[in-house]
Amino acid sequence: MRLEAIDRPSALRLIGFPVAALALTVVLGSSLAMLAGANPFQTLGLILRGAAGSKFALLETLNRATPLVFTGLAVAVAFRARLWNIGAEAQLYAGALMAVLLGTGWLGWPPGFLLPAMAGAAMLAGALVLLAPAILKTRFGVDEVVTTLLFNFIMLLFISMLLEGPLKDPMGMGWPQSSRLIPDARLPRIVEGLRLHWGFAFALIAAAVVWALQSRTTLGYEMRAVGQNRQAAEFAGIPVDRVILKTALLSGGLAALAGFSEVAGLRGNLTLDLSPGFGYTGIIVAMLALLNPIGVVVSAIFVAGVFVGADSMSRAAGVPTYIANIMLATALLTMVLAISLTRYRVRWD
Amino acid sequence: MGEVLEIFLSASFWAAVIRIASPLIFATMGELICERAGVLNLGIEGIMVVGAFAGWMTVYSGGGLWTGVVVAMLAGMLFGLLHGTLTVPFGLSQHVVGLGITLLATASAYFAYRLALPRVTAPPRIEPFQPLPIPILSDIPLIGPALFSQTPLTYLAFGLVGVVSFVLFRTPLGLALRAAGENPAAVAAQGLSVTGLRMGAVIVGSGLMAVGGAFLTMSAFNSFFFEMVNGRGWICIALVVFGAWMPGKALLGAVLFAMFDALQIRLQQTAIGADIPYQIFLMMPFVLSILALVIMSRRASVPAALMVPFNKGER
Amino acid sequence: MPPREQAQGPVLRLDGITKRFGRLVANDAISLSLHGGEVIALLGENGAGKTTLMNILFGHYTADSGSVELFGQALPQGNPRAALAAGVGMVHQHFTLADNLSVLDNLVLGTQPLWGARLDMAGARAKLARLAQDFGLAVDPDARVGTLSVGERQRVEILKALYRDARILILDEPTAVLTPQQADALFAALRKMVAQGLSIIFISHKLHEVMAIASRVVVLRHGKLMGEVAVTDTDPRALAEMMVGDSISPPEVRAMTPGPALLELRAVSTPDRGNVRGLHRVDLSLRAGTITGLAGVSGNGQAGLADLIAGTERPSGGEIRLHGTVHAHWSVTKALRAGIARIPEDRHKTGTIADFTLTENAILERYRDAPFARRGWMDWRAARAFAESVIRSYDVRCPGPETRIRLLSGGNMQKLILGRVMETGPQIILANQPVRGLDIGAITFVQGQLLAARDRGAAVLLISEDLDEIQTLSDVIHVISEGRLSPPFARGSMSAGDLGRWMVGEGYARENMAGGQDAA
Repeated sequence: MRLEAIDRPSALRLIGFPVAALALTVVLGSSLAMLAGANPFQTLGLILRGAAGSKFALLETLNRATPLVFTGLAVAVAFRARLWNIGAEAQLYAGALMAVLLGTGWLGWPPGFLLPAMAGAAMLAGALVLLAPAILKTRFGVDEVVTTLLFNFIMLLFISMLLEGPLKDPMGMGWPQSSRLIPDARLPRIVEGLRLHWGFAFALIAAAVVWALQSRTTLGYEMRAVGQNRQAAEFAGIPVDRVILKTALLSGGLAALAGFSEVAGLRGNLTLDLSPGFGYTGIIVAMLALLNPIGVVVSAIFVAGVFVGADSMSRAAGVPTYIANIMLATALLTMVLAISLTRYRVRWD
Repeated sequence: MGEVLEIFLSASFWAAVIRIASPLIFATMGELICERAGVLNLGIEGIMVVGAFAGWMTVYSGGGLWTGVVVAMLAGMLFGLLHGTLTVPFGLSQHVVGLGITLLATASAYFAYRLALPRVTAPPRIEPFQPLPIPILSDIPLIGPALFSQTPLTYLAFGLVGVVSFVLFRTPLGLALRAAGENPAAVAAQGLSVTGLRMGAVIVGSGLMAVGGAFLTMSAFNSFFFEMVNGRGWICIALVVFGAWMPGKALLGAVLFAMFDALQIRLQQTAIGADIPYQIFLMMPFVLSILALVIMSRRASVPAALMVPFNKGER
Repeated sequence: MPPREQAQGPVLRLDGITKRFGRLVANDAISLSLHGGEVIALLGENGAGKTTLMNILFGHYTADSGSVELFGQALPQGNPRAALAAGVGMVHQHFTLADNLSVLDNLVLGTQPLWGARLDMAGARAKLARLAQDFGLAVDPDARVGTLSVGERQRVEILKALYRDARILILDEPTAVLTPQQADALFAALRKMVAQGLSIIFISHKLHEVMAIASRVVVLRHGKLMGEVAVTDTDPRALAEMMVGDSISPPEVRAMTPGPALLELRAVSTPDRGNVRGLHRVDLSLRAGTITGLAGVSGNGQAGLADLIAGTERPSGGEIRLHGTVHAHWSVTKALRAGIARIPEDRHKTGTIADFTLTENAILERYRDAPFARRGWMDWRAARAFAESVIRSYDVRCPGPETRIRLLSGGNMQKLILGRVMETGPQIILANQPVRGLDIGAITFVQGQLLAARDRGAAVLLISEDLDEIQTLSDVIHVISEGRLSPPFARGSMSAGDLGRWMVGEGYARENMAGGQDAA
């Protein structure tokens, strides 16, 4: 068999394959539920209800989506320039660390200055964490996939070390966790009484900013050109290595904002379970959004909904919550295939 | 420093080195086969998890140990088939598919584990492979207990390196595989199927990765728990680069790496180790892997068509 | 040695082969036959359907209708091994060799049972030695293919076919990469093969070669068989008309007085980069109102020189002068600011970004400059207007400026690149293989634009592997060999044979080499 590029794909093809991919995901999820002895329709219903069935559920989903928008944007920006940042997890923790360092009373600024300082420091730290693999890539040709992956493990051990050492909360009864942020360092809720913090609004703004940057600025043009065809970009005089480094700074900074917003908006302190893999899930979010910054918001909410819904379904129906990860990984693989099939026709000659 | 010297002179240290190296060798050989044929398999981490689970589960539910190894291998090959189908004939991004396979495989293993054992907190143990001392050789002082009193899976791992090396460099199949990783068009022009070769390499390689995972539950830890693979797959990818895509050199890298790992475990228990946070020691494998990548980057002899999809008759 | 074919009955017969790709009919009911010990030429322009026909023969495509018969037996379709096993060997234009493997490895690949226990290298080595002797094709069996010259690689390709006991050899544009002398040597080897009973299909668009080697010529145009003639019954002009569809006249070149030197290289050297050979103390001056042609076998420094002038390579020694002033810290940006128009060798890999729109591709070299960008913000309206003007003035056939460029044909892609660089009225033009792979209409258009630029006083550097093209268009010719540049030769002062001797490295001044050693 071989693949033949399609000049002008039909609407049926453009819509049909992605829909088929989602359908396949749902079918797989249902079969898994059946395997676990649950009624598939009931299971899917429970997931749906758990994700969006009530105001509480919906807000929970949006809260969960917030870090995913940031990590999704981080991945989308990097992948667009063909910088394979698989280390959003490490950058997220770097951002969370800065939020805790600045926000636990060491810096006594008023909130109007303290929060931006925390966010700025977080971005800087995340940017630097990704800068290292990016420099190794541009200077020595070291594949960044493996280095960013390995950095995730190093960073987690580093945080663990701090939480059992200098950053350990004296009031924490021996648990490896940091002290709590001072009230001025907390992101307030958007509407008083509703459990949704400003981190979500900032995530939306970040998506808009990234969109404008990619489609309206010369830097965005450079990033896309480098990602699409490095050789042509070089020939056209685009400083490829510098663009990759700039992309790394931006991507790392975005991922770090996820850590900042989780600590300052939701948790109030730093623990080792701050992120249940938000960095890795960011890859799914970005790919489902076809690397489009606005699409990232939609897909982050979708992915968060699956997780939140699966959690609540798991409590009710007894199907292991890992069903969410399976379904999302399936959605990722089937969607990549579906998108490819909208552009290529399979021929059997 | 006397303590360090003492460590190096103990047979138990070297026995640990060989034991730690074994799962890495399986998975590294698996990855090496894939990459030699031109496919980067980032599914390795998840496939190892699946292997660890499948092997353990088989034995836990009453199967024999070798049955467990075979089941683990078949499970790995199944994910290899999925990876291969998406990356070879469909030519999808090997990065994205590989990571997707890792997510899918890991989640599947965890899901199945929770399904089989919904309420357990302490993971149940199985009766693992027992050491199989080789007569006469195992009586040699120091070397005997270190090298020749290992479990059968370890002997298999070291034997595998020889087999992979022979197949790659001495047989027609190996030549065809290497050529598929160097220039698929050359393979196609000689009437061989690039798709078949690459798919075969990914499937077999994934099977070996799963056996590496199975080693963890059936010859090392004796039970299955979450996050037990803990980045070993990614380290194996670094080992392939470190070994310059040569089985022998990759074996050397795995042993070297295992040596540092065994050393850090023992150093933690010495006077030197008491003052240093244990996390520093645990970081060492990952830091070393990055260092290895940087050192080898300059003279890497990477297969020319690695990660380059081949579309027959593209116009 | 394969047995001689009986004189009666064709060894290969294609009968009514038709192949469609979507709406395009790549092969339209094509029939031809080849006899034992015969050389036929398959003549046609790019896109005439030659490659598709061969791909069908080799089972890479299945024909929509029609049949193939080899040595009197029907050939099963869609099986790549069938034709090889029946004794057909193909030497592709783009070599299908694995660079990191040895010559012997490349030869043995796929010839021994895949599941065999062990490679038989000793037997292979002996067979190679025998073949090399029989046909005068010597090559080191243990050399890594990546280290071989282009001519040697072609020899390996031919040996690969002979190693498989091919009785029919198909050569796709085999002389494109050879000097005239090397081509003669190739012809000599081919004649030896024919004398031993092999049959040969020779694919080409070079008329004089076809006349020299073939006994019969089969002409394809737009996927149709236009005719079949014995070489004794035709002449190059008639063949050209059959191939193109009407009589072609060479482009008209007006006499011009050369102006001042706009770009000069003085003793410039560049480093070797992997497969790209560097330059060795090159002196070159591109003068206003002049087309300077660069002839040579590919891989001898053309890419190095092109990279240098394009700004992607820096000199390691010597100086670059633009309009008389020396430029240090040479870069792409410098080259663009100096107004050098650059038409790259590979329009797919370096000239365009496939998934960018025509608009985005049109401003690729000027995206930072007004009016396309101000203070880091793009002005897409200005960019689109520019793209539209290029599309209009250069006759780029496309649905519109927002189309992704990968949907365009090679010719239209090249026109967009041409328009992109010509719109600013450049004084210096680097045209690297500007018409390679284009159909005759696009070739005429591109060459016309280059000549027009010359006539308005631009300095053009034309790099091509096609000696005919160089000799037709150039006012001055340089030959490049192993990174060294010959002195300039005026139009008409050298024959193809003379140039060919320079192409293989004869004639270069000795002190040039000695100077290089001093510098090293």
